[in-house]
Order: sequence, then C-alpha cells, then structure tokens
Amino acid sequence: MKERSLIDKLHEVQNGSKENYISKSEALKVSKRSKTPLAEIYGVLTFYTLFSEKPRGKHIIRVCRSLSCHMADANKIIGKLKETLGINVGETTFDKEFTLEESSCLGMCSVSPALMIDDIPFGNVEIDEIPEIIKKVKGGEL
Amino acid sequence: MDKIKSIEELRKLREHAKQSLKTRQGEAKVKVLISMGTVGIAAGARDVLMAIIDELEKRNFTDAQIIERGSLGLDLEEPVVAIDMGGELIYYGKVTPEMARTIVAQHIINGQIVSDWVIAKGNKK
Amino acid sequence: MKIFRIHALICAGAQCLAAGGNGFEDALKDELKKHDLDEEVSLVETGCMGACQLGPLLVVYPEGVMYIKVKPEDAKEIVEEHFLKGRPVRRLMWKGEKAELPNLSEIPFFAKQTKIVLRNCGIINPEDIDEYIAQDGYEALSKALFEMTPQDVVQVMKDSGLRGRGGAGFPTGLKWELAFKQISDQKYIICNADEGDPGAYMDRSVLEGDPHSVLEGMAIAGYATGASKGYIYVRAEYPLAVKRLEVAIKQAKEAGLLGKNILGSSFSFDIELRMGAGAFVCGEETALINSIEGNRGEPKKKPPFPVVKGLFGKPTVINNVETLANVPAVIEKGSKFLRQFGTEKSPGTKVFALAGKVNITGLVEVPLGTPLRTIVFDIGGGVPEGHSFKAAQTGGPSGGVIPAKHLDVPMDYENLPALGTIMGSGGLIVMDEKSCMVDVAKFFLKFTVDESCGKCVPCREGTKQMLEILEHISNGKGEKGDIEKLEKMGNLIKLTSLCGLGQTAPNPVLSTIRYFRDEYEEHINNKSCPSNICKIEGGKNERKVAHRQTA
Repeated sequence: MKERSLIDKLHEVQNGSKENYISKSEALKVSKRSKTPLAEIYGVLTFYTLFSEKPRGKHIIRVCRSLSCHMADANKIIGKLKETLGINVGETTFDKEFTLEESSCLGMCSVSPALMIDDIPFGNVEIDEIPEIIKKVKGGEL
Repeated sequence: MDKIKSIEELRKLREHAKQSLKTRQGEAKVKVLISMGTVGIAAGARDVLMAIIDELEKRNFTDAQIIERGSLGLDLEEPVVAIDMGGELIYYGKVTPEMARTIVAQHIINGQIVSDWVIAKGNKK
Repeated sequence: MKIFRIHALICAGAQCLAAGGNGFEDALKDELKKHDLDEEVSLVETGCMGACQLGPLLVVYPEGVMYIKVKPEDAKEIVEEHFLKGRPVRRLMWKGEKAELPNLSEIPFFAKQTKIVLRNCGIINPEDIDEYIAQDGYEALSKALFEMTPQDVVQVMKDSGLRGRGGAGFPTGLKWELAFKQISDQKYIICNADEGDPGAYMDRSVLEGDPHSVLEGMAIAGYATGASKGYIYVRAEYPLAVKRLEVAIKQAKEAGLLGKNILGSSFSFDIELRMGAGAFVCGEETALINSIEGNRGEPKKKPPFPVVKGLFGKPTVINNVETLANVPAVIEKGSKFLRQFGTEKSPGTKVFALAGKVNITGLVEVPLGTPLRTIVFDIGGGVPEGHSFKAAQTGGPSGGVIPAKHLDVPMDYENLPALGTIMGSGGLIVMDEKSCMVDVAKFFLKFTVDESCGKCVPCREGTKQMLEILEHISNGKGEKGDIEKLEKMGNLIKLTSLCGLGQTAPNPVLSTIRYFRDEYEEHINNKSCPSNICKIEGGKNERKVAHRQTA
C-alpha cells in the first residue's frame, strides 16, 4: 500500500506549518489532493488530540496529567508554567513562542513529574527549574 | 552492511560479532590484572597495558578481561601483571612491553607459564 | 579485531535522557578525550536498563557495576578513578556500602527478575544490528525459514502457551492459526505499539531498547500466517521509539533481513511505520485498523474479527509489542521454553512498569504467577519509610485495585479477574495511605471520558454521568444512593458498550467501591475525605486556605 494514510499527511502538514496547526486552506488542499470530502478531513483532524485547528506557538509544552505524575504534584508544575508564561492551558503566549497543553501519559512515570517540549523529554521537573528551561528552549539551546 | 544471502552467512557474521561483545558478558576465560597505582604508572604500566591489548588484538583473542587494580604494595616489582586462568593467579614482575607480548603469546595463547619471570603465585578465593 | 578493555554502557532510554542523560554522556566523552582513553573505552548507548527512577544510569564492564543518578560533574571522577586507576567510585555505585563490588547480578532489583522480553535491553546498542545478531538475533527467523514450515511455526506458538500481552491474554498461537487458515491474496501483521495506558511504558522501552526483536517477531508471524506486509502503529508521543524503529528497519533491509527474499529464501516481508495522533482508543484493535486506514479511530463491531476481515478488509493479525518480542525466543528455544516460567495457564513472563509510592520504580520482568508482594517489596524495595501499602492499581483505566489483604495474589490472567481487576498491559501503580481511592477512581474515569470515541451511548454518556456523580462525591455534595447508582450504571456500561475499552471503563470505580466502600461513605455521609485530598468545602476536614481556587 503505497498511499500514505490521511493521518501521516496531516502530521506532515502540521509539522511543516510555522504555527504548528492545520489551517482551513491546508485542509482544503489535502481534501482536493486526496479526493476526500472536507467534512471527512475535519472528522479526522478533530478526533485526534495531537492535531490543532488553531494556530499554536513555535514550541508545544505538553505536561503529563496521568496518575503517576498527578501523585508527584504535576498540578504545581502546571501552576508554575502558567505563571511563568502568563497563559492558561490551551493558550499561546503573546510572542507566539509557547503553547501550553496537558497530555496523557508520556511513559516517563519513574521520573515524574514529566513533560515534553516538542520532542525533548524532561523528567524530575522541579518548580524552580522551569524559568531556566523556558529560557533555554526559547534561546534554541536545547 | 552487505545483504546477508544465506543462513550460513548469518551464523558466520554472528560468531564474529559475538567476539566484540564478550566484555559485556562479565565472564571470560582469562583475566589479566594490571596494577595501575601511582608507582605502577610511573614505572610504565600504561605502555604494558597497551602492549597487551595490541598483542591480543593481533592474535584475535577476545576471551580476556583486562582489569586494572590498585597497587599491590610490591613497588619494587612494578609494573606487575597477574594472569588468572581458572583458579591460579600467576604474578609477573618488572614487566616491560616486550615481556608483556611474550606473556600473551606463551601464557595466554599457549597456556605455558613463563616461569623465569614469575614472582609469586596465589590462589583465587 | 579491536579490543576495548572497558565497555561503558549508558542507558539511553527516554526516562534516563529526561533525567539528564545527554549532559552526563557529553561530559564523559570529554573526560575520555582528555585522558586519551577513547581507544580503550567503548561508549555504548543502550536501551532501558529498568531502574528508571535511579537514572541516569551507567554500567561498566567487565566488572558489571552500576552507577546511579550520575551527573555531568561525576564524569571526571569516574574516568580518573575507575577507568584510569581501576578504583570504582563507591559513593556513586548502587549499594556502595557493600564490601565487595556489587555486581549487577547481586542487586535484588535485577537478581529477582527473569528477563526474556527485556533480554537485550540495557545490554546492546539498539541502533547497531550487529549487536542484535551477536545476541542470537535473527537466528529464530532463519530457523523458521529454512528448517520449519509455516504450520510448524504455528504449532510451536500454540504449544508454547504464549498469550497476548496487550491485556486480553488471547492465545497467540490460536490467533496465528486462525489467520493461517484464511484464504486471501493479501494478509497483514500489525504491531500494536499504541501503548496508551497511563503508567505503562514497557512497550516503549522494548521499542527503544531492542527494536529488532519486534521486527523479527513480525517477520516470523508473517511467515507463519502467509502475510507479506507488516505495520507498526506507534504513538506519536514516543518520538525516540519512532526514530529507533526507523533505524532498525533501515538496517534490517540493508542486511537483507527484511524486504524481498529474506536470507535468500522465497519469503518476502516488508514493514512500515504508522504514527498515531493522540487517541487512547486507537489501542483497541478495530479502532487501530481504522486509524491506519486514515479514518477516525472508532472501533467496529466484532465479529468479524480482524483475523478474518481486518486491515483493508484482509485477514490481519494484531499483536502487542511485548508479545512479538517473545516470539524469537520461543521459536529459537522451542515450545517448551516459556513453560519453564510462569503457571500452566499463563506460561512465560510479564513486564510490569512499577510506579507510584515504591522505593525503586522502573521496569520489572517476572514470571507470571509471581505474587504482588514479591514485586512490590522484594524487587521494588517496598513502600518508602514511614508509609504503608494501601493498594496497587493494575491494568490502567481498564483495571482495578488490589488492596493490602490480597498482597499475596499470584499475578496472572486467572487470579486478577477474580479480584475485580485485569492484568492489562502491565502498568502497576502503588499507592500509600495518603491516597484517596475516590480521587483515584475519579482520575481514571476522567481519562476515559476524555478519550471516549463517542460512537456508542453507554460509553459516551454513561461514563460522563458516572464522572459527575464522582465529582459530586469528592466535592462533598454526594447523596445517599450515589454508590448504588454508580454500581448499577457501571455494570450496565460493562454489559452494553461496543468495545473493550467501554466494557472495562467502570472497573476502577467498581473495584474501589468493592474494597474501599467505607471511603466513599465517609465522603458522602460525613462530607470528609479521610486522606485529605479531596477539596471539600464546609466539610469536617476543610483545609483553611486564603484563596480557594476552583479545581
């Protein structure tokens, strides 16, 4: 089966977009190229949590909210991130650098609380480290 | 890597690859213990170490562990090399890189202790 | 042949990396260069070593000692003292107080495990196919191709007793036989790597640490059933696993161990990766098929089962990562191999992801039938000082809790359902006296509500209603009769949901009610949370805070 699935195509579109999302015009392009009705494209796009219809920041922060991280006080990490970035969960910073999201289990339960920024995992996160981590990611050091 | 075209080719490749992983097995036929205390190093133990590794490589003998130890206290005899082949420890003293190569060839590969250079024998606990 | 007198193995599993592994490795490389040791010391990045909480981890051979929680600053001392002077650094070693050098085989955490699935993890470089081959990799595939017929392979799998490790425990040999019997121009093998259970990361560690074992397992499955194409469906949240798989597939293809005419035989098998996109329900096999086909990940009615009509309408075998990693070992060592471990109905081993309030969290592989007590106390080192074991949660959002009175339960596919839980994929979360069972149930149910695909009413509406009741209870607004309502709805949802996820969704609630009913009653009748976790306004234990934020 040489055809790539719709999901792979949507991943590609999203990864290639500057604002980490799938715009209506891009969705239309995919619809035309794959000869699939636009409604079906949106059916898939809205089903999966990793796809976004809204523009997002350059860097996506995903904080794990599953049981092990919950027991390790992930709440405090989210709180500190909200404070440092000045946004709520689901929102993007004004300079369009960061979007804060909650995630299901990242599989890093032994180093909870854990989070991922783009593809980089962070474990044993301490509240005081957060401003430094944000600074490093923004500066492209990681 | 080239395509492996038969089961025989795969098994040959495997035998070769196993050699380089021997160190991770934790067990080996031969243990070579080299004293690398301050006196040992000053007396040239590093060159002896490199000679031993080089000679083993030349002879394709990979079933050996090379372990560094602290000084045994036999400062006068440094560099000291001990060979453990299943039970008995043989200590060689004042080993030079050339002597080391002979010890590899004669003792490790051929199983013949080089008695002239032995300074002590010990039993493995 | 080049001899490295020291092999320094650095764990490059995701959790060790997340704990700072990269920084340590760079520092170690610098120190080796400084002291001219890079020709004597082989630095190898391996997959998960298992003691995930103690990472970053470094194991040095030939001594076999393990350094734990290493920081970049420690690299200098390790190189100067251990590598140069032969004096291992005791203070950084695991259990450094012992007089002798504690070899890995003497540390209880490792000594009490039986590693079959994890046989290569932490020992080989997963990005080097030669190392996999050295550890007898691809011997099983070559044996199958040249010394066995497809029927022989199916029979060995049946006799071995291997059961699916994804959670359902269906006999693998039987599944392969059903697919083998189908007549079709095309068949598929799918590896389910959509490990979505919160608290479970066994599959991820196998994919990152020993990807070839999965590739080989799939190829053997293809040969046995007549499939020529395989797909690995991986969660998008596992980018490292995706990368390691891509490298492994490429190397296997170059070596002629995947692709056309494998090892010069007439058997061809190709494998492609497909990424998920953040939907837990896609771990359910029919939803997974839908997802690979590019659709919404909604489950389908069964029958027809995927072995008859699966991907693109063709016979499809779907196996879990851990199941597939067992296959090469079974084929190479014969059908009696797994039966040396485990129980009669559940032979072999199971990998558990031990997490929560336990001293050593990480990956633990034990024979099936091992008592829970052994896993938590002998291997995991017990509950931290000053606390007591309250319950262990198994099976993720589809499972239930095991209270202290059942600590001696053998962990297998028969005993756990009898207690109201399931083995699941292997997540094992330990809770201490400070955990509130109502909070735990609420947590899992919230997850299920979020992840419900929405196709069937019992799951879509029912779990939401149950969650509302739980939220009322934990806010101090519970009413008499709520527990009975939860039980009634829970049982109804179990009976009428379309797929296995909906059918097991009420388990955390029903199980916590079964063993901790008194906690629920305390919340409802006395408006109080015994563990002081639930924020109950106006309740007996209301915590005084200056500014109360709504949850």
